[in-house]
Amino acid sequence: MTLALYRIDDRLIHGQVVVGWGQPLNVSFIVLVDDEVRGSDWEQDLYRMGVPPSIEVRFASVDEAAHDLAGWEADSRVGILLVGDIDTAVALAERAPQVRRFNVGGVHHRAGRTERLRFVYLTDDEATKLRALAERGVDVTAQDVPSARPVPVGEFT
Amino acid sequence: MSDLRGVIVSHAAVAQALVTAVKAITGIDGALTPVSNEGCGTDALAERLSAAVGAGPAVLFVDLPGGSCFTTSLRLAKKNADIAVVTGVNLAMLLDFVFHRDVSPTEAARRAVDAGGKAIRVTAA
Repeated sequence: MTLALYRIDDRLIHGQVVVGWGQPLNVSFIVLVDDEVRGSDWEQDLYRMGVPPSIEVRFASVDEAAHDLAGWEADSRVGILLVGDIDTAVALAERAPQVRRFNVGGVHHRAGRTERLRFVYLTDDEATKLRALAERGVDVTAQDVPSARPVPVGEFT
Repeated sequence: MSDLRGVIVSHAAVAQALVTAVKAITGIDGALTPVSNEGCGTDALAERLSAAVGAGPAVLFVDLPGGSCFTTSLRLAKKNADIAVVTGVNLAMLLDFVFHRDVSPTEAARRAVDAGGKAIRVTAA
């Protein structure tokens, strides 16, 4: 198997990821790629608490993820890779060309962002970055839960 | 210490529904504040939660022991010794809580776990 989902979600590990996607995909590991969380044992413990013991959680910086991605893709188990924002997704895709898709699962309201979908708010700059990612061949869609329609990048940026 | 506040932190409308149920059963209003994570990223939920907690001591009753409601609550509690966090909120623990708010947040949290846990059982038909 492989990494079944590359997801941008500012809540990182939470119910939609662990239960909503984790159950139907039969996920065995989650990779959380975030430089800040990677540097904090306390934050890592916090995110681990939300995951059942049957699912392994790994924490990586963007640099570490770019280095280790091939190994995760070759893992015999099913995994999910999570990033918390668009800049991290872009940084990872730039360093790891094997990243071929990103699911925008939750980017919420903040000053400067406007609503694109119920669960996606973007600044114009973030929308431009997502389109650029798609133009480089990365399949970018927005979808909060598996039962929802994957919305193509052109419809929300 | 009767101003100990309970803040219910949940997905969707669970928190609001619990507040409504407690008021319907006890007639007590104002002891509990609902906070939903609906439409919130981490920053927005933290702001919403801080506003609900205010300055005083509080017990945060969180729906699940993981996820954005949980992580946001624990981050706030880490910065404030007057905040205790309980997960697995249910109606039974809230009914007990609203009548026993003259204790410390830690003691109220311990009571809540006890009262809430006792309500979970398998009953014979």
